[in-house]
Amino acid sequence: MAKITLSNLAHRYAPGDNYALKPMNHVWDDGTAYALLGPSGCGKTTLLNIISGLLTPSDGSVLFNGDDVTKKDTASRNIAQVFQFPVVYDTMTVRDNLAFPLKNRKLDTDYIKRRVEEIADMTGLTDILDKKALSLTADVKQKISLGRGLVREDVNAILFDEPLTVIDPHMKWQLRTELKALHKKLGHTMIYVTHDQTEALTFADKVVVMLEGEVVQIGTPTELFEKPGHTFVGYFIGSPGMNILPVKIKGDKAYIANHEIALAQGYKDMTGKIEIGIRPEFITLSNNPSDLPITIKRIEDVGHYKIIRAAHKDIDINIIANEAFEFSEDLKYARFDKSRTNIYADDWLVEP
Amino acid sequence: MNKTHNQKAWFMVLPVVLLVAFSAVIPLMTVVNYSVQDTFGNNEFFWVGLEWFEEILASNRMHDALGRQVIFTTTILLIEIPLGIFVALHMPKKSGFWSSICLVLVALPLLIPWNVVGTIWQIFGRIDIGLLGYTLDQMGIDYNYTQDSFAAWVTIIIMDVWHWTSLVVLLSYAGLKSIPDAYYQAAKIDQASRLSVFRYIELPKMKGVLLIAILLRFMDSFMIYTEPFVVTGGGPGSATTFLSIDLVKMAIGQFDLGPAAAFSLIYFLVILLISWVFYTVMVHSDKEAGL
Repeated sequence: MAKITLSNLAHRYAPGDNYALKPMNHVWDDGTAYALLGPSGCGKTTLLNIISGLLTPSDGSVLFNGDDVTKKDTASRNIAQVFQFPVVYDTMTVRDNLAFPLKNRKLDTDYIKRRVEEIADMTGLTDILDKKALSLTADVKQKISLGRGLVREDVNAILFDEPLTVIDPHMKWQLRTELKALHKKLGHTMIYVTHDQTEALTFADKVVVMLEGEVVQIGTPTELFEKPGHTFVGYFIGSPGMNILPVKIKGDKAYIANHEIALAQGYKDMTGKIEIGIRPEFITLSNNPSDLPITIKRIEDVGHYKIIRAAHKDIDINIIANEAFEFSEDLKYARFDKSRTNIYADDWLVEP
Repeated sequence: MNKTHNQKAWFMVLPVVLLVAFSAVIPLMTVVNYSVQDTFGNNEFFWVGLEWFEEILASNRMHDALGRQVIFTTTILLIEIPLGIFVALHMPKKSGFWSSICLVLVALPLLIPWNVVGTIWQIFGRIDIGLLGYTLDQMGIDYNYTQDSFAAWVTIIIMDVWHWTSLVVLLSYAGLKSIPDAYYQAAKIDQASRLSVFRYIELPKMKGVLLIAILLRFMDSFMIYTEPFVVTGGGPGSATTFLSIDLVKMAIGQFDLGPAAAFSLIYFLVILLISWVFYTVMVHSDKEAGL
């Protein structure tokens, strides 16, 4: 188990190229479950491969518990990794698959036997321990991969590279919950790469949101929801994402075109692109003409709540209303919960 | 609703039936026809039943040729399959300039017509003008494939290895290329040795293509004719007379059409049988692993 420090870390695949990973400094705590979340091509897999040692960064260094491991290869970093697609040794039995990393490290036979049975028990593979891996379905194979990742007790970190891609949706939920429980039990540092926000938010203690080679925010799921550090985090997390509207700020008032909106705190004068962000959950429809006038385009009923697709002039605004909401003609205004508004200058959150 | 029973759909397979009849069944039947008759010329035939088959099955000549054939095929399989895998393992894995160069170089022997391959080695091995034969002779090594049966065997085996290992290389290479990187990365993380990587990742993933490689090389080498015929003509004596060379000698050299036809059929059935056994064993072992 280890604390992972990324010191001035950056990477480009060839000299002169753009950075695939922009320079960053982060310390990741021992025993915490992190999720790397971002769209395809944002550099999350690059970062994971740098941590696992499959890729040597072009700049900066990676430290495990303060030791520089930048130049060390994967094997000597003592990490475990689970890949996107199941990697199993087809000709071996499930038992031999699980024992393989331990056997290669020449551990005691009795210990291996005990440990394999423990892991099989945790991952639900006990019944099929003596089956050949070849014949099993993708999700069982991925369970074997997970088991092989968990089997070593002394690993510095366990890395997951979108491990649930091939799993059926209902199994996904179950495996994710199991993983979370295993993390609680084992206390390993875990890093989990995904582009699925639900997966990240349910699995991780802390979510690392990445965009275009840059970490835009590291925070707990609640922090990401309530105080997105970047407009991208705002609309990437949440369904629908945060409403982002261009505004002008004067003290504790914001102006969308000419409509005044009260803010919870006052702001200094700012330059650049200024926007207000508010989650659809924190807007309510009203019949009060002092609120922001909007036109409602359609209402989507998604079961336990309703999504109201509206617009102020040509700026789209999404509003979430509860199931019991009834539409009426006089609801032509939107009221913002002022304690839940955030202000962004050039896409980054501004503290009052 | 009443189902209409209509057998007219059988006409749909008629073209294939005709095609197979003309391309395979009818020519084969002419051989069957010869194998059960004898002739004294003038296009007069008379029925002899299974006499030719009995004669061929009991003949030492056939047994010797079959023995030589089995030794030859076993030898080249034992050399070409491991060598092909070895070469494929050492070719550049990433697609690029060097892997293309390697592929072209490896594929070259496969593009040469068989009789040309024979001619190349026939000249190459001659002690008067051939580079190989002359060099060996000058080094004081006794090498003369026209007189020494051991030298003749070595020449033919090396020639076959030179000509056909490429096929095994290409197939193995294709098998290796299809292994995702994650497997190698996982093996690194699991601290697997090079041997384990080969044993547990590369070999199982190559199994399918290797099965095809072995089958192809078995069938082709069991039917080999042109190359040894050009190099040694089946000699010295009958040291390198394999089944097909013997068959041609019998059919065209001696014009013993009846025995030759019986020989052909037995030959055909032997290849069919071995291929079938081989295939069944491999498929069965797959199924067993799948249980």
